Amino acid sequence: MTLGLINANPVVHAKKERIARSEDVHPADDAVDPLEIYDILLSLYLFSLSILDCSFLSVLSEESITVDEKLGRILITFTPTIQHCSMATVIGLCLRVKLKDCFPPHFKVDIKVSPGSHANEESGNWKLEPSFFSIHVASLSPPTILLNDKERVAAALENPNLRQLVDECIYSNEL
Amino acid sequence: MAERNEWVSHIESFVDTSRTSSQQASSLNAIASLLKNDVITIEALVREMEMYLTTTDNIIRARGIILLAELLALLTTKALDDATVHSLIAFFTERLADWKALRGALVGCLALLRRKANAGVITRSDARDLCFELLECLLERYPDAVVPLGDDLVYGICEAVDGEKDPQCLMLTFHIIEILAKLFPDPCGPVANFAGDLFDILGCYFPIHFTHAKGEDVDIKRDSLSMALMQAFSSTPLFEPFAVPLLLEKLSSSLPLAKVDSLKYLSHCSLKYGPDRMAKHAGAIWSSLKDVICTSIQEPSLPLAPESLDGPSFHINEIVAEALALLQRVNAQNDGLYLNYIFGDEDINMVISTINNFRSSIVISLQSKQTLFSVGCILSVSAKCSNPSCNKVIERYLPILMDNLGLSTENSSAGSSPASRLALCKSLNFGALFLCIELLIACRDLAVGSNSVSSQETWFSMLWGFSSSMTKAFSSALLASITEDAQDADIVLMVKGLQVLATFPGGFLLISKSIYEEILMALLAIITNGFNRKTLWGIALKALVSIASYTDEYHETEKATIYTHVVVEKLVSLMSLEECNMPVQLRLEATVGIGLSGTNYMLRVIQGLEEAIFSLLAEVHGNLKSADALVHLLECYSNQVIPWVNAIGGLDEIPLRFSVNYWSYMESINFSMAVQERKLLNAATMAMKLAIAICSVESQKIIIQKAYGVLSAISYFHLNEPTSLTIPLEVQGFQPTQSMENVTCKDEWLISSFASVIIAARPTTNILHLRAAVNLFMIAFLNGHVQAAQALGSLINKMHLGRDINDCSLDEVMDLVFNSSLWGSLSEEYLRSGEVGNSSEMDISKLCLDSMNDRLVRTHVISGLSWIGKGLLMRGHEKVKNVIMILLRCLLSNGKPGTSSLQQSLSQDSEQDLLLKRSVADAFHTLLSDSDVCLNRKFHATVKPLYKQRFFNTIIPILLSLLNNSYSSTTRLMIYRAFGHVVSDTPLVAVMSEAKKLLPMLLEGLSMLSEDFHSKDIIYNLLLVLSGILTDKTGQEAALENVHTTINCLTRLISYPHMMLVRETAIQCIAAMSELKHARIYPMRLQISQALSKALDDPKRDVRREAVRCRQAWASIASRSLYS
Repeated sequence: MTLGLINANPVVHAKKERIARSEDVHPADDAVDPLEIYDILLSLYLFSLSILDCSFLSVLSEESITVDEKLGRILITFTPTIQHCSMATVIGLCLRVKLKDCFPPHFKVDIKVSPGSHANEESGNWKLEPSFFSIHVASLSPPTILLNDKERVAAALENPNLRQLVDECIYSNEL
Repeated sequence: MAERNEWVSHIESFVDTSRTSSQQASSLNAIASLLKNDVITIEALVREMEMYLTTTDNIIRARGIILLAELLALLTTKALDDATVHSLIAFFTERLADWKALRGALVGCLALLRRKANAGVITRSDARDLCFELLECLLERYPDAVVPLGDDLVYGICEAVDGEKDPQCLMLTFHIIEILAKLFPDPCGPVANFAGDLFDILGCYFPIHFTHAKGEDVDIKRDSLSMALMQAFSSTPLFEPFAVPLLLEKLSSSLPLAKVDSLKYLSHCSLKYGPDRMAKHAGAIWSSLKDVICTSIQEPSLPLAPESLDGPSFHINEIVAEALALLQRVNAQNDGLYLNYIFGDEDINMVISTINNFRSSIVISLQSKQTLFSVGCILSVSAKCSNPSCNKVIERYLPILMDNLGLSTENSSAGSSPASRLALCKSLNFGALFLCIELLIACRDLAVGSNSVSSQETWFSMLWGFSSSMTKAFSSALLASITEDAQDADIVLMVKGLQVLATFPGGFLLISKSIYEEILMALLAIITNGFNRKTLWGIALKALVSIASYTDEYHETEKATIYTHVVVEKLVSLMSLEECNMPVQLRLEATVGIGLSGTNYMLRVIQGLEEAIFSLLAEVHGNLKSADALVHLLECYSNQVIPWVNAIGGLDEIPLRFSVNYWSYMESINFSMAVQERKLLNAATMAMKLAIAICSVESQKIIIQKAYGVLSAISYFHLNEPTSLTIPLEVQGFQPTQSMENVTCKDEWLISSFASVIIAARPTTNILHLRAAVNLFMIAFLNGHVQAAQALGSLINKMHLGRDINDCSLDEVMDLVFNSSLWGSLSEEYLRSGEVGNSSEMDISKLCLDSMNDRLVRTHVISGLSWIGKGLLMRGHEKVKNVIMILLRCLLSNGKPGTSSLQQSLSQDSEQDLLLKRSVADAFHTLLSDSDVCLNRKFHATVKPLYKQRFFNTIIPILLSLLNNSYSSTTRLMIYRAFGHVVSDTPLVAVMSEAKKLLPMLLEGLSMLSEDFHSKDIIYNLLLVLSGILTDKTGQEAALENVHTTINCLTRLISYPHMMLVRETAIQCIAAMSELKHARIYPMRLQISQALSKALDDPKRDVRREAVRCRQAWASIASRSLYS
């Protein structure tokens, strides 16, 4: 699996204490909140065959997720594991696919790379490792552009290698 | 079998010691050649020799073992399978312990070791294992023979042990070294010469750390291996120069395991090496210990919980615990030395001299808190060690701390005015307070540990000097904190201080009676006045409870007397007080909490509680507030007092007294003012039920007698009217068409109370005037009084089959119940009112169906009937059939027969019909479910084993056939309702065996019931059964046959609007179905994914979460097929 080569030795962060949801007295309905999204995204396994889920890598935190239930919008800001990580796109794709599976279609999801955490954050010369896999559609775009363009996401997922990679990240803990 | 006799005789001749050696040798050779030529096998031989190998005769056993061993020695090239070799290894190694037959075992082991390759050899680890065991055995049993070997032996063992990795072998090698060290204790002997080398070998194993995966070597645990290594380390003081530096080095490692092990080993070694050898390491040990304690100590995350009162004020992890244990040990070994280090330690002195920096627990940083805590630990451990060291520690530190707290031996005026109290409260320094309490606790532990308190010790006299001012300061500060803001951490410490002072052993040596009283008063004042401050209140209560249990445990009778006088009496007097600001729940919590800590206290509390209950009962009428308080008192009596009385045992007079008093009050109370407090009635009858249930048979008889006396007050109850049950109802003042509301309040109380007595009675308790009682209950029951029906059910359930004291048998009672003319008179009542009628057949079902108009009474009668049925069902009586038949007939009845239905509007009729049928269906729930209020083990019910299963097996086919024959949708719905109750109340195992037959019906039931709003609980219960079926293997087969229907049904339930749990469970069931055979469920994927996408938008979070999980489970079927 080529995945491991990108960041074979990621910085493992101590698992943070989870923020407990304050117990409200039986509200009529439970609104979607960042904790719920975080719970769902936690189960992503970004390094296949690894025991480390998202929380160990500080890719996401409860604070980096915002939800507006009325407008049906979810904004996720994630931190790639290393500055030049071309995994950023893959992580972003995984997040998007996972959210698409787990939330009703009326939610609009925006995914961002947290400022300063990625070398190619906004620059135009974003490139995926050619040896890794090739996505011609996305090859010249920074991750945020790729990740928030429905067409491009669909195109990227048509690539069987990429699709397999994403599926493994999503389902590896169940296999 | 000539051959067999031949070789058996060879064995006999070898074993026989009277034969010549040449005869024996020839027999040996003869058997060996038989074995070589496969005439006999080793197994057969061993089986034949069993007696020789296991006999208790030493000589014959030794010969037998030698025979087997010598045979093996002759058979080195003979092929043997692994199993045989292994069992031989096991046999010979085990025999090594048998010193009277040792030669044979040794020869046998050697023979095994020398076996030729390719003929079944012992594997390498087996071999090493065996060798080490041989060696161990030699060292242990023949020290005389091996000691002369000297250096060679030790060197050889070094060689052999070096680099061993197998855990099994390591256990042996560690033990060998331990024995070896004991064999050569001489400081110039061979072990001394090789001590460095030996320890080099041993040292590499420290700390023991298992790296291989779980599952391997399950028989050797890390802990036992580590223990063996520790024994080897400490086996001889000669290792000291090598071991202590190594352990100290590992102590500074970052691995927690290494730290814990180092501390354990150091502690053990210092005991074995002796104080003299350890003295030179004292400095190094002290500084390492200090570091470990300072860095590993943690502040508790929740310092405010009342639980922290008994435990330490900080979180002690394993490392700190071991470090403190070590400090205590080395301190005890050489106390002067370590105390000097402590007194001379710069960090500690710094903390003490700058204690003013620790003024408030909030302001100080985490790091300085850690330092403070570790200093507290170290001082307390050193003080706890012995009287002399306690003297030194207290002498050195207590005056400084007291000075800082502003306390002196003479200070007695502190806290005289509120202003100065507040000032004192604010001025108490957290750091000094903390250290002071730690020292106080250490002194108490020392006094408890040494069993006798010597007032001659310096520490004691110093504490004695300060005790009065400490008490005054703490109690006034605590009282001030009720109204003023105070740090919770300070409060915990001060309460702890008071608690320690009050529980100091040795009676009133340390504190005088007046100080003891003062402490109790202060804590009690917090309980009575400070109930708005939750933390403070909880901690004060906890302290009072532990003081109470201390006096009880250590038999401090004087203290107990004062405690009862000051605390218990006061709290008891509060209970019956109506005008009390303190909420009644808190009053009860405090009183019963303290009561539970000692029998004498509890007896007083129970008495007080009873008095409070009855005095409130007398004045409760119309007073809602006192009714509410009374309910709390009664619940407390049911939930706390009765279980306690039952657990203690032998206190029969308490429930008896309660029940008799209850009846006396029933008699005297004037119920003219109606109390419509059903809650109160329920609480009262429940308390009495529980009280009677734990009474003995004799006491129950007394209570029943008493009850009859009171009951005679009811106008229509006639003790002396044996069988006449044809009392016209009008005369009784009963109007069957009216519900219980019209029954006078007093009557209702009396009937309910009497029903409770009967419900709780033991089966062996004879019930006098049985007919009269049945009569009374029948009247009440037909008027919709459910408790009366429960009493009838209990009565029938518990009656003996023979005739009882009233010359009344069970059958007779049954006749009374089922053929009672009361049913008839009830119907006649209706007849007279011109309602409906066919008076020729007056059985119960007629009554239920035809006559009763009032739906409330009708449903009450049905539910009452189900209690009677339950009593019969539980004892396995066949008459239960009658009840079931009545129920089923009601269930199937098609509206009212006759013309009367025409007179009524159609809608009303169907609505009433529906209500009746629903209550009939729910009767099945009553029949099968476990009840809290009656007919359970607590109330001595007769329970036939597996009665639910039996009933299930009988009723299910009947319900099935009824379903097939009925077309009315209402009827079908209600049959399904009954079916749902039966299926969900029967143990799952029984349901599972019928899963195949049941599943289609269950699914149809789910679909039908999901239309009915009232059935949501049943749907939920059925879904739970379904999920049980889906996770069971036989159930899964059934599910596979109905996969389409199941999925259709479940996907519909995903959007069930009335109950969140139903949606959630339906999704869980679907998730469970993803485990079924893939070929069958794969086509359903699309349908499920569509249904789930709706659930992803569910208003409830739990449902959404389940939906995500379920989606994952189903999606992974797809990915599994992709990648596997």
